[in-house]
Amino acid sequence: MIGILVVCHSFKAADGIVEIASQMAGDKVRVVGVGGNEEGSLGTSTANIYEALNKLLMECDGVVVIPDLGSAVLSTKAALDFLSEDQKSKVVIADAPVLEGTVLASVEASTGSPVEKVVQVAESAHLLKKLTN
Amino acid sequence: MDNEHLDVTKAVAIIENIKEIIDANKEFLTRLDSAIGDADHGINMSRGFTKALEKVRSNQYNDIGAVFKDVAMTLMSTVGGAAGPLYGTFFMRASMKLSGHQEADLALLAQAFREGLQGVVALGKAQLGDKTMVDALTPAIEALEAAAKQGLPLKEGLKRALAMAEKGMNDTIPLVARKGRASYLGERSAGHQDPGATSSYLILKAFCEALGV
Repeated sequence: MIGILVVCHSFKAADGIVEIASQMAGDKVRVVGVGGNEEGSLGTSTANIYEALNKLLMECDGVVVIPDLGSAVLSTKAALDFLSEDQKSKVVIADAPVLEGTVLASVEASTGSPVEKVVQVAESAHLLKKLTN
Repeated sequence: MDNEHLDVTKAVAIIENIKEIIDANKEFLTRLDSAIGDADHGINMSRGFTKALEKVRSNQYNDIGAVFKDVAMTLMSTVGGAAGPLYGTFFMRASMKLSGHQEADLALLAQAFREGLQGVVALGKAQLGDKTMVDALTPAIEALEAAAKQGLPLKEGLKRALAMAEKGMNDTIPLVARKGRASYLGERSAGHQDPGATSSYLILKAFCEALGV
């Protein structure tokens, strides 16, 4: 199973995105969100990200992380430094719009695709057209 | 009291002083950050070092590496903005170099700072001149290394490093930001002093003052 970790500056944002993605992807993928610093205000926490990754890696073969902006990316990279080499090799950060990317990635992962494919699909969300005309 | 070495007691005093100085400059940092960023740098840094100080005060230490490691972990969890993982990485990498040492001389300190800076650059990918904390830290650490090479006293090395950090900080004013939130502003970021370079200077200033420089 693939795990997807959504990292946002706000826990509410992360939680909402997880809710939307999970509804579409079902239970064949683990979608988890972290957001806010340890006091619950806006920001990101390396420790929270590390904990979430550790948990996901216990039940998943691979994890795709989808961060929102700025420090979400840096905090995720810093958290990866605390993982073992073996754990680290199973985690990929996707450069994708956080909501659209998470939804597409979750659906793709639910079909049993490998991490590389899930990341590719998440990143393709950059090209997603919402208005056809 | 040995003037040529940093020890555990002094390391804790340094964290106390960083907290004091960051608190005293909270509004100033926030004002700088509101010009070119998201106006949270002062608040974030103050929260981070307040928590870091609580953490180091609640522990007993045998080596200086362990003090800086606790600071690193706390900053990464509590700062919130990009400064959290960046300063966290700086202290973490430095702590790895200092691990197992009950005291550090100028040469070891210069090595620890260099490791810290390399960690920051690896994580944030900022180069010199991008209008970031790297612009204050790089010349400061070069000065520290040069002083260590010449066999200068610890305080003299730190004094020179602080002067270079201040110059590096002031030199960020005309620069156009190429990293972080300020880079979204492009040319409009020129004319403002970088908040990250400023907090780096303040941290080094607090470090120096706590050692009587």
